[in-house]
Amino acid sequence: MAMLNEREETLSREELERLQSERLVWQVKRTYERVECFRKRMDEAGLTPDDIHGIEDLHKLPFSYKKDLRDYYPYGLFAEPLKNIVRVHASSGTTGKRIVVGYTKNDLDLWADCFARMLTAIGATDEDVVQVSYGYGLFTGGLGAHDGATRIGATVIPMSSGNTPLQIQNMIDFGATILCCTPSYALYIGEEIERAGLKDQLKLKAGIFGAEPWTENMRREIEEKLGIKAYDIYGLSEILGPGVGCECEYQEGMHVWEDHFIPEIIDPDTCEVLPKGATGELVFTTITKEGFPAIRYRTRDICSLDYTPCKCGRTHVRMRKPTGRSDDMLIIRGVNVFPSQVEEVLLSIGGGEITPNYFITVDRVDNNDTFDLDVEMSEAFFADDVKSIAAVERTIAEKLRSALGLGVKVHLVNPKSIARSEGKAKRVLDKRKLS
Amino acid sequence: MIVKQLSAFIENKAGRLAELAETLAANDVDVSALSLADSADYGVARMIVSDPEKAAKVLRESGVICKITSVLAVAMEDTPGGFAKVLHLLKNQSHEIKYMYACISRHEGKALMIVSVENVDAAEALIAGTSAGNVHPGDIYRL
Ligand SMILES: [Zn+2]
Repeated sequence: MAMLNEREETLSREELERLQSERLVWQVKRTYERVECFRKRMDEAGLTPDDIHGIEDLHKLPFSYKKDLRDYYPYGLFAEPLKNIVRVHASSGTTGKRIVVGYTKNDLDLWADCFARMLTAIGATDEDVVQVSYGYGLFTGGLGAHDGATRIGATVIPMSSGNTPLQIQNMIDFGATILCCTPSYALYIGEEIERAGLKDQLKLKAGIFGAEPWTENMRREIEEKLGIKAYDIYGLSEILGPGVGCECEYQEGMHVWEDHFIPEIIDPDTCEVLPKGATGELVFTTITKEGFPAIRYRTRDICSLDYTPCKCGRTHVRMRKPTGRSDDMLIIRGVNVFPSQVEEVLLSIGGGEITPNYFITVDRVDNNDTFDLDVEMSEAFFADDVKSIAAVERTIAEKLRSALGLGVKVHLVNPKSIARSEGKAKRVLDKRKLS
Repeated sequence: MIVKQLSAFIENKAGRLAELAETLAANDVDVSALSLADSADYGVARMIVSDPEKAAKVLRESGVICKITSVLAVAMEDTPGGFAKVLHLLKNQSHEIKYMYACISRHEGKALMIVSVENVDAAEALIAGTSAGNVHPGDIYRL
């Protein structure tokens, strides 16, 4: 299929690395001069920009963290004066304290390019009608997809999220061919369409879904319910927004646009860079972004990078779907638990046939951690007697015990009783943090 | 006679069973027997209804998990010990009875029992020729 920036997307490894080195040196120098937080860390490490000659020196540079965005809130990490910043995006983050990032005109341009490269890769052209059902506003999803679709000349339906009946109405009336939203919302829309029996009125052929973790199973379910191909996109506002990593038509990992971002995989404990192909924490350096440069930013996402050539002909490295977050980890009775582990166990019980909807509640009662898991009942689990339902609960609890080394109280609940959010899916409530 | 039983998953929250009954009534489905098996957290409602396929469809559409299984409908004789004979007959052929409950026939004056066994076909063959086998589709379904 076609490429948007064919020359950039097919640079040889050698050419890419030369370009990255040049751009890294430029970025380190200007960030050192303009951003106090980075300068201090360089000074503490006994480094100056003159010590950085290219990507071979990347590993020497200090890391940056989400906490920095809170500490220097609002504009302390910007590398351009406000007169050059043409937009900000902000999020509340999980801890409640807000973070904000800024974009210059050039930054918005390169962002639109990154998203548009993906649209082109999946076969979209100016003939397509793109319904953007990510939230518009401070969240990067809506405007990121909007600008990307505008870049290729597609017709944009700027829906934003929510009001599902109207979403479906517009999809049908305006002949949307591509849907952009969170995967959990795509599934929700798919369920509503199925319930209303409207699937054959859709013109949809593809969807770009991201901003939250989702499984291959969910992908199949969305593809089936909406009759489309579902593509994965990766991004975070600290680096850019959606479009940092994008699947191509082959859906075998997300190409990271290496002419703009350098990814690394590190061991989150020792902070050492891991060899190619290893699984660890994803770290990004932005080498072209002006307004909010990020040097070795710790994403907390756990994944691996694949440098083998892709069938599509693009040379940019592919990241695998993140399997968890180094800070999503719950510590329950001293045991490390990732929600993704719970999901895996549930998938194995459902025979891979169903996407289990679950909700974890952790609390502390009489100085003991409680661990409760609500799982939505499905026909695959259901039998006509209480005994076999109790057996399903027991099987789930036993499999979790052997996978996590931890006892859990399982509750089967009515389908759809666990809230499907229209933004990010929330699967954990840790009440211990509230008191 | 082998009949279709509709079972539904009920979360033990107030009103769930009433909602289910309302959905069936609103869709003109008669319920001629209902037995509820429950634990502390949830229950299973087993029903004999006038139109099982339609009932399953409307319940699924309203978000209820349900299933159709085969059970035995046994006619009750009005002579003393009549039903005990049926139970003995099944037991002697090592048919374990999982559960049973009473059902009203759509025809006045006829009493039925719903019996769940593992091998429903073999159990049906056993009682088909006896007076307990005197059950007809019109006793259960709206025809
Ligand atoms: Zn590719």
